[in-house]
Amino acid sequence: MRELTYREALREAMAEEMERDERVFLMGEEVGHYNGAYKVSEGLLDRFGERRVVDTPIAETGFAGVGIGAAMVGLRPIIEFMTWNFSLCAYDQLVNNAAKLRYMSGGQITLPIVFRGPGGAAHQLAAQHSQAVESLYAYVPGLKVVAPSTPADAKSLLKTAIRDDNPVIFIEGEVLYGRKGPIQDEEYQIPLGQGEVKRAGQDVTIIAWSKMVHAALDAATELAKEGIELEVIDPRTLRPLDDRMIFDSVKKTNRCIIVEEGWPFAGLGAEIAYRIMKEGFDYLDAPVVRVTGEDVPMPYAKNLEHEVFPGVEKIARAVRNVLYS
Amino acid sequence: MADTSLSTDKLLDMYRTMQRIRQFESRVRDIFQEGQIPGFVHVSIGEEASATGVAAALTEQDYITSTHRGHGHLIAKGGEVKPMMAELFGKKTGYCKGKGGSMHIANFDLGILGANGIVGAGLPIATGAGLAAKVRGSGEVAACFFGDGASNEGTFHESLNIASSWKLPVIYVCENNLYGEFTAGKDVTSVKDIADRARGHDMPGVVVNGNDVVEVYEATSEAVERARKGEGPTLIECKTYRWEGHVVGEEAFLGKRSYRPADEIEAWKKRCPLITFEQRFMPDTFSQEELDTVQSEVKQAIDDAVQFAQDSPYPQPEEALDDMFSKE
Ligand SMILES: Cc1ncc(C[n+]2csc(CCOP(=O)(O)OP(=O)(O)O)c2C)c(N)n1
Ligand SMILES: [Mg+2]
Repeated sequence: MRELTYREALREAMAEEMERDERVFLMGEEVGHYNGAYKVSEGLLDRFGERRVVDTPIAETGFAGVGIGAAMVGLRPIIEFMTWNFSLCAYDQLVNNAAKLRYMSGGQITLPIVFRGPGGAAHQLAAQHSQAVESLYAYVPGLKVVAPSTPADAKSLLKTAIRDDNPVIFIEGEVLYGRKGPIQDEEYQIPLGQGEVKRAGQDVTIIAWSKMVHAALDAATELAKEGIELEVIDPRTLRPLDDRMIFDSVKKTNRCIIVEEGWPFAGLGAEIAYRIMKEGFDYLDAPVVRVTGEDVPMPYAKNLEHEVFPGVEKIARAVRNVLYS
Repeated sequence: MADTSLSTDKLLDMYRTMQRIRQFESRVRDIFQEGQIPGFVHVSIGEEASATGVAAALTEQDYITSTHRGHGHLIAKGGEVKPMMAELFGKKTGYCKGKGGSMHIANFDLGILGANGIVGAGLPIATGAGLAAKVRGSGEVAACFFGDGASNEGTFHESLNIASSWKLPVIYVCENNLYGEFTAGKDVTSVKDIADRARGHDMPGVVVNGNDVVEVYEATSEAVERARKGEGPTLIECKTYRWEGHVVGEEAFLGKRSYRPADEIEAWKKRCPLITFEQRFMPDTFSQEELDTVQSEVKQAIDDAVQFAQDSPYPQPEEALDDMFSKE
């Protein structure tokens, strides 16, 4: 076992896969000479050279599409968005090309490409730089979506994503890069679509991913002091979704809260709540409750940002709500 | 030729504006480093002349769009330093009631269609303001500030094509400071002069010394005249340089690495917009004393702005949910 930061874990995953497979390369803004805007790709240019670590102009539509073209003819690109906010400039390429080319061509090609970068709000970066975009991508048939919460999950899932023959949207937590966690030394592979119970408990199931897992765990620690035991489960992959883990947990606790950083309307939590209702209606002792960001763009002022963000207090309130306490 | 003769009043105004930008930005840098301002702050020290020279050729009714590095553009277009500073502090008295912050300051009454956190996002907006002016026949022009990096985005090319095809009254002002964030423009850009890209869209493209406020003013005045006559857009490339990092505080994550040669930075500091102005107009047009007075008046205004921002209240928490839809 070693301790690695989330950032280092991602870097190791890329380096190992680039070592293993000549076709894998990294492309994006500031990934090479500057070693990555968030230093995830630190050292990769020195190690793999300019042919495989490519600095692009500020041209998201362009380099996302260029990656797709390269994947169509045999390479396995990793495309870094400096943040997922800027992927919105390239949304067309991801939705109209990456997600559809295999299907539209009657299954003629594979499209092994990973789009990755930091997502979600950090601190007071305001509306255009504080967005959780996972629901926008999970909505689209043809894309797989991953959002890991720990270094160990981040490393393994990125390797799995790079080896996958389909487009994968890999959303890292911007505020998680410095977070440390244990990583086992031997190679381990987490398949896409497999979640994990991050804390076992019998009273209420909390479903959360990426940084919201940590808010949920903090809430669990708090509420345990009052004798309320939360079960925190992390799907890790948002599409495909680990329905089995979710149903098993809800059958045990009979109460469920879904925590997501993004907006409420048509967010992922709505789909998850629907699935729970459809499959597990008879097991529910309370309606499923969603804790989400407020239905507004992220404001700048600190107190307003706090108001909008779904933090520990809001989770705790929701827990009391489903426990009718 | 446009009438570009400058009165001494106008010249002194331009000097005052450049001082205001320099001192605002320097103070913002300092208080960011003290931790009084959060988020990302991009300052434009060293680039005062392009903002000032362009805005000086516009009227109050004309429009501008700005960028993530926008404080200077806003001040030049008439933005008051108090509500600007308050916005950076996230206070209710800020131009956007604390909701926008540095990257989103706007004041539509002054024709300031906003800073923008998305690189290249202002280009179509300015083009749209130009279209509106043409449709209404109301005579305004729109000046669009953007960086060398932004000129590699699709929005740049799409906007120039539209504006040129439809002969819209837009002035595209590229502030070429040689770098995007940390990548040199020359490594990722197909042309040496961004102005060359005008040719592909059949509009005039001119390169000016972006650190010479008079040169910028003259080029802009000509472009404005063309635009108002219905002859269409112009691309002006201002060669300039940012003295500070891409964001304030970048040293913390740069470590020992440097992406800009020290002698390059020093050479550009010698071409300071303020010094360029002083060398040209002192002592013949203005005395040292006159310019010193401007400098100390501006210092007082910036001190007052910081005090104002510090003393102002934060927004009420429930205001987070306001301002979503027009209620009319
Ligand atoms: C669409 C988009 N991509 C990337 C970024 C991150 N980013 C912010 S500023 C910047 C560099 C912009 O360079 P330039 O246009 O030359 O302006 P300068 O900072 O030099 O004034 C980048 C890449 C962004 N904000 N928006
Ligand atoms: Mg630049």
